[in-house]
Amino acid sequence: MRRAGLALVVALILAMPFVAGDYYVTLMLPFFAYSVILLGLNLLFGYTGLLSFGHALFIGVGAYAAAFLTSKFGVMHLEAILLAAAGAAVLIAAPIGGLCVRYVKIYFAMLTLAFGMLFHSFLLKFYFVTGGDEGMRVLQPFLLGFDLSQIPKVRFLTRPFYYYSVVVLAVATFVMWRIVSSPFGLCLRAIRDNPDKAQSLGVSVKRYRWYAFVISAAYAAVGGALLGPTTGQVDPNLAYWTHSGNIVFMMLLGGFANFFGPLVGALVFIFLQDTVMSIVPYWRLVFGAILALIVIAAPGGLMGLLDRRAVSWGEKSRQGGAPP
Amino acid sequence: MLVHLANVLLSGVFHASILFLVAAGLQVVFGVQRIFNLACGSFYALGAYVGVSFVQASVQAGLPPGLFVLALVAGGLCVAVVGPVVERGLLRFVYDRDETFQLLLTFAVVLMLEDVIRMLWGTSPLSTGGLYLLYGQLKVLGVTVPVYNLIVIGASLLIALLIGYMLARTKFGRIIRAAADNREMSEALGVDMRRVYVRVFTLGTLLGTVGGALVIPATAAMTEMGIELIVEAFAVVVIGGLGSMRGAFVGALVVGVLRSIAISTYPELEMLLIYLIVIAVLVLKPRGLFGGAAA
Repeated sequence: MRRAGLALVVALILAMPFVAGDYYVTLMLPFFAYSVILLGLNLLFGYTGLLSFGHALFIGVGAYAAAFLTSKFGVMHLEAILLAAAGAAVLIAAPIGGLCVRYVKIYFAMLTLAFGMLFHSFLLKFYFVTGGDEGMRVLQPFLLGFDLSQIPKVRFLTRPFYYYSVVVLAVATFVMWRIVSSPFGLCLRAIRDNPDKAQSLGVSVKRYRWYAFVISAAYAAVGGALLGPTTGQVDPNLAYWTHSGNIVFMMLLGGFANFFGPLVGALVFIFLQDTVMSIVPYWRLVFGAILALIVIAAPGGLMGLLDRRAVSWGEKSRQGGAPP
Repeated sequence: MLVHLANVLLSGVFHASILFLVAAGLQVVFGVQRIFNLACGSFYALGAYVGVSFVQASVQAGLPPGLFVLALVAGGLCVAVVGPVVERGLLRFVYDRDETFQLLLTFAVVLMLEDVIRMLWGTSPLSTGGLYLLYGQLKVLGVTVPVYNLIVIGASLLIALLIGYMLARTKFGRIIRAAADNREMSEALGVDMRRVYVRVFTLGTLLGTVGGALVIPATAAMTEMGIELIVEAFAVVVIGGLGSMRGAFVGALVVGVLRSIAISTYPELEMLLIYLIVIAVLVLKPRGLFGGAAA
């Protein structure tokens, strides 16, 4: 049943460029990018129990890596860009994570927020490096070594780049699935549910949290790098704290207790935002109300509503208290 | 040189006195309700817009323009009514939830209020025109400072003293401190927590809206001002220590003055410096300079 559902979804995604209009096909591109980002974010929140409110930092790292490599260094191969984005994110996340995982709950959220804003003000103020608030251009990358600049931009986005993104998302999903169903993933869940017990059973809580942090940062950067080519432009708002809030919103909308929940959240968020904005300009009002409703009435998100068995730990969890 | 320094310091202190009001609102809510209220910045923005409208209305009604400060304060006070609405309408459902959900609920309020402001006042910046310098400027030993800045600094100090007095001397203050210290015990002793929460949240909102109203002659009201200020207020409360009023006071001075110095010497560093300090404080002394003190 579950397999059949998954196969149907995959078939729909693969068929979409041939049946749907170009506009909706290009709307799928941010969905793929945000899906990669959210897979990582959910490893940190849904599986490890740490809410990052500064994850946009790593989206920014990935997006600016794509911008720098294509427009400053002439590195056009998207494979190289994605790898470089992930590598840069790991290098940046390693020390930041080392500091952040010493805390949990609100202090973790605040520290990640502070790091995110630090990076944002760097992007904004050091305009001679980053282009300031105007941001930077992302040139159309080569896919698998092919220079596709002959093809019109829309055609490039809706065909080769679309399927490229699908493959990246598929690989990212497969790897993440292996991570969360491995003993490592089990340890993360044990840490989420009861860090003291996990520690006493020999799980190195801080080190595992740090692993989760670094992995999720790499995912965010890969997703961030995928965001660039669609718009051809990156700007500091990618790293702003409200962007962090929005991706947390997507995760909660779909449901963090479910592996695919955040992906559903991203899909609904992007298409609903598009629909609402075509009717009224006030999407924030509508989405704020939706978020409030979810937090209050359905902390399991959309997938939680579908699947009542989803374990909701929205109720007060027994996680460790304030830092020492 | 010295004159320049004095100017920089004075503008820093002016900014600090606004920051203190918003941060104090954040602190009192966190101290008692244990909710980190991201919407504080939105209350500030709301106060600013209502301030502009009140001033325009009062000028149109033929009141002497010199009274615009009173119109601003009245506007700030009136719009604080969103406080109890948000508390009763939303927050009260999540008091027993994980604090990450509480944080997200306040983020929902941020989103909604931003668009409410867009709907009511549009997207172009609003200002009160030339009222800022209506009270003239004071020149002392070559240092020029708008009198209005001094009024705001004075008002902020007065509010700080009033809050201090209220917390230390009044019955309501004692209840707040008790509730911040031990919620269950206060409830067992007969404190009606429901009422305390409404009042505390209203107080927190009030500080934000009045802060927003008071800043408005000096700067234009913009839709992003709330989400920009909340990260500064966040820096203030982290540096000072979550939940501490003294922390808000000192933190606001640190952030306001340092930012002012950075802008005049090395503008690239403006907020970068502040966040570096925030991170240093969080890493070295996560409870902040005054953490653990009573609300």
